[in-house]
Amino acid sequence: MRGRWKAAAAITLSGMLAVSGCGGGDKKSNDDASKVEVFSWWTGPGEADGLAAMVADFKKNNPSTQFVNAAIAGGSGTQAQAVLASRLQNRKPPDSFQGHAGAELLDYIKAAQIEPLDSFYDQNDLRSVYPQQLLQQISHQGKIYSVPVNIHRSNMLWYSPAVLKEAGIGGPPATIAMFITDLKMVKERTKKIPLSLGAQWTADHLLENVLLGDLGTDAYNALWKPGADWSGPAVTKALTDFAEILKYTNTEAASTDWQGAAKDVVDGKAAFNIMGDWAYGYFIGGAPNGLGKKLDTDFKYAPAPGTDGTYMWLSDSFTLPKGAPHRAGALAWLKEASSKQGQDLFNPKKGSIPARTDADKALYTGYLQYAYNEWHKPGIKLAGSFWHGVNATKKQHTDIDTAVGLFLQSKDVAKFQAALSAAAKNSGQ
Amino acid sequence: MTAETSAPRRRRRTVRIRRALPGLLMLSPSIAAIGLFVYGLIFWNLRESVSGRHDEVSPFHFDKGRNYADLWHQSSWPPAVRHALLFTAVFVLGALLLGAFLAFLMDRGVRGEAGFRMIYLFPMAISFIASGVVWRWLMNPAPPERAVGLNQLFRKVHLGGLANDWWQDPHWGMAAMAVPAIWQMSGYVMALYLAGFRGVPEDLREAARVDGASEWKVYRYVVFPQLRPVTLSALIILGHISLKVFDLIMAIAGKQIITYVPAVATYVEVFDRHDPANGATIAGYLLFAVALLVVPYLVWTVRAERPR
Repeated sequence: MRGRWKAAAAITLSGMLAVSGCGGGDKKSNDDASKVEVFSWWTGPGEADGLAAMVADFKKNNPSTQFVNAAIAGGSGTQAQAVLASRLQNRKPPDSFQGHAGAELLDYIKAAQIEPLDSFYDQNDLRSVYPQQLLQQISHQGKIYSVPVNIHRSNMLWYSPAVLKEAGIGGPPATIAMFITDLKMVKERTKKIPLSLGAQWTADHLLENVLLGDLGTDAYNALWKPGADWSGPAVTKALTDFAEILKYTNTEAASTDWQGAAKDVVDGKAAFNIMGDWAYGYFIGGAPNGLGKKLDTDFKYAPAPGTDGTYMWLSDSFTLPKGAPHRAGALAWLKEASSKQGQDLFNPKKGSIPARTDADKALYTGYLQYAYNEWHKPGIKLAGSFWHGVNATKKQHTDIDTAVGLFLQSKDVAKFQAALSAAAKNSGQ
Repeated sequence: MTAETSAPRRRRRTVRIRRALPGLLMLSPSIAAIGLFVYGLIFWNLRESVSGRHDEVSPFHFDKGRNYADLWHQSSWPPAVRHALLFTAVFVLGALLLGAFLAFLMDRGVRGEAGFRMIYLFPMAISFIASGVVWRWLMNPAPPERAVGLNQLFRKVHLGGLANDWWQDPHWGMAAMAVPAIWQMSGYVMALYLAGFRGVPEDLREAARVDGASEWKVYRYVVFPQLRPVTLSALIILGHISLKVFDLIMAIAGKQIITYVPAVATYVEVFDRHDPANGATIAGYLLFAVALLVVPYLVWTVRAERPR
């Protein structure tokens, strides 16, 4: 309920801002730092607190700049992105907006709605403090267009130790083949859901994890390069496994979202769930937004099967729109978002880890300590999460979602693979 | 000579203008608003649908309406059409039959009719978004050990055989999706029919009874034939609601292929896929489909209202 009110307030506020932005001809020169309007979808518990902490630090460092929070509620930013699209088309951009780092920004880049930030990276010596693989994966034609603030991990397996024990399974599966065996054991020996799944998009999330687990990091990353080949036998094998895994999911999947599916695991109704690491905050957080469960007794975690040693990442980042009314203010905000101080204030509250490599390790405890160590592990490989905007354009993203939706009904692997190949060809990348 | 006849004619014209002017002035804001916001936007939408703009940056490039054909090659479109047709058939028929039946019962005279009328009309006061949240839970297809909603209720009263997959059935799911819509709109149809029943003069029924018609025959041959206009209005109203259905689907299932319908497709094409031409083309198809229903109806009413 409170969330709704907040959402309503946020929408009203941003509406007012849009109106005042139209009326007030306060378009001064580009080095205006009197104000900065930052557009995000961080309104939920945790993330809004993290944003507030970072904003407080920003105000301390930039006392003469007025900070305007133009956040719009809605998970994954679906609502916010619709509002943002209309603002950008009307050439009334905010000074900086949140976007998933990577290919999701490609539409904005092609429309010349955001500026490259290479000189910003050079001026602030940022190239050495972000992982090289990360900068490579967010570059488009050699240019960087966003400033990553945090890192989430997509390839996480959550499991119920009690259900695994009941099924006689020793530990989390290390490969996709072992995973399928375990699912079968849960189905045969217990009355529990082997793998809990939510609405259609959680099947997309599962797909990226099965692809990564079966193909390996390099082959997975190659799928997202221009002209990639999706028709090979390795992909067929992965999709066949995906079809097999789907047999062990709950019948009511489409009626729930990720929260419901994840909750089945900590409630002991399901053995496994594959979801990004934001599930952790949901599990351990207190009511009303969290479930108040305990790690090790109610649930445990492991990398998704076959993906140990790879960090399938996604990241929230900030951009510099072309024609930002307060460009200097925007640059000051980007500096805050890219700073060690800012990221260390934001991330512990949001439940993610900083994208920078020099963050303060002591601040990250529980699962976040594990995530931090994995991110910094020498030899860790990075793979981008397609569903969360890293390596698929919005067109390819939606087309894969459609293909998955049709596949959930038809279970026709050949057709599915053809649809995925077509989606890659039409991606416009 | 011409001067003599034209003067009164001119006077008559001024009188006519003077009489029409206030009315015209009163109407002009709404004429302008409708012109801009309805017809203007329809035109803009049609222009966008033939623009060939499959992203937000490309310039306008007239595609000669090719997109209206190309859309059928998109894998998500044929299911969307199939779902809309199935939903429309079940919803319109269901709401019409249930509404007519309820009105028939009311017309036969029940105690506390006003109370029942209220109860049946209430669902219409709730928005699809709100009732959708409840129906999403009611129509959950979980197996017995986790059953909730209607399936659980069926099992509790030993009617477990009625438990089903509801809208998650891959073939007939959209028929289940029509259930909440029927629940919501049948009260409204009932009100329409009840007014219709009440509009049939008692003399006619009396005359039929005197001629020895049974009560059933009175309805079959005297009352129902008089309700054709009511049925037609209800059909049009339900039909266009059903073709445009969006909020109910979004509240119950969200953007999933299993319940994909044209209105959801428009949203997905424009805001998720960033393909304005496809979005506008689907909106165009929706407009044609609704026009197919509404235009004949308008023609028919205008003819019926014309003094004989």
